[in-house]
Amino acid sequence: MARSNRLSLAAGVALVLGAHSAAFAGGPSDDKLVIDGEMEIMTRVAPPEGHPLDEVISGWHYRTEETRDLEADSFQNPGMLYVERGEEIWNTVEGDAGKSCASCHEDGEEFLKGIGANYPKWNADAGKPFNIELQINQCREENMQAKPYKFDAADQKALTTFIKHQSIGMPVEVDLTEGDMKAWWDKGEELYYTRTGQLNLSCATCHEDYNGNYIRADHLSQGNVNGFPTYRLKQSAMVSLHNRFRGCIRDTRAAFPPAFSDDLMALEVYVTWRGSGLGVETPAVRQ
Amino acid sequence: MANPKPRVKVPKKASKGEVITIKTLISHPMESGQRKDKEGNLVPRQIINTFKCEFDGQLVFECDMDPAVSANPYMEFNAKVENSGTFKFTWVDDDGSVYESEKKITVE
Repeated sequence: MARSNRLSLAAGVALVLGAHSAAFAGGPSDDKLVIDGEMEIMTRVAPPEGHPLDEVISGWHYRTEETRDLEADSFQNPGMLYVERGEEIWNTVEGDAGKSCASCHEDGEEFLKGIGANYPKWNADAGKPFNIELQINQCREENMQAKPYKFDAADQKALTTFIKHQSIGMPVEVDLTEGDMKAWWDKGEELYYTRTGQLNLSCATCHEDYNGNYIRADHLSQGNVNGFPTYRLKQSAMVSLHNRFRGCIRDTRAAFPPAFSDDLMALEVYVTWRGSGLGVETPAVRQ
Repeated sequence: MANPKPRVKVPKKASKGEVITIKTLISHPMESGQRKDKEGNLVPRQIINTFKCEFDGQLVFECDMDPAVSANPYMEFNAKVENSGTFKFTWVDDDGSVYESEKKITVE
């Protein structure tokens, strides 16, 4: 109950601020994301049942015009370099089994359609949700007999980017009916609303209550993850989702959990669900 | 990105006298020479310092680049084409490496 009261108050604040938005360029832009003048990406959609916001909006709308333009041209988008690199890795033989990804997944293009839109997915063997990075590592160890990638290895980011890019434009949809996905979703929700760190912030403080406003010079988005891995201009490189999670938690001045830990996997399940229906943008371009 | 790899976009066909748009992008870290590593030592500068575009040996566009240019430099410019030929693109690295790419265009 307390939460819903706080929400309606926040909505009221957002309305008042909305009236001033033209004055200091707050709020999401009204632009449409059309890649290469051909493919329109769903960047504003109706929320799934039980979602606290009225509209689900991609982070693309919260960036400057120049940054938005970079993503709308697949040639200019520097993230496409990593898609190309990822495709090379997909076809490169590694490990003692003498296999590449393509050796097993012969019809790569067809096989990969939708994969990026439907992860994280329940993995019955592991008894936990798997994201694409974990799935790649499992394949590398079991099928290729290659070493698993270390977190944020350049090749891990490039291959993940390539795989997710094959679902560009397809709506994000997480299957919560499989295995214990609902329990992980619940845990993710709890984490999302838990205030942490010296600054005493939860994910919801910025991305639910105050999205569209500025935190110092940064324009807060809803924190949707449909564009990850994302090319960030700040790093001039691809940034993985768990890197971004850790960065956000670090910024609240809290101790941050390791990548692919149960906490961050639960958060990934929940946050991905919050962006249900948005088109996959990988590789998105952000500030 | 480990190996600099150029990407170029030139229309395959154009009409005589048409002004076409050429887009180029090369993967490169553009290390400015002003950053320090974990031990506090300067990371040596390594950037693409020159970019050049020629059409059948005739200079179309050339520029110098400086350390403030961000990673993966993107260049876009226009050229008027009167006859069929080949665009040649050249990037010169601080370490002396030269990266090249060529694109043919047919003028009808």
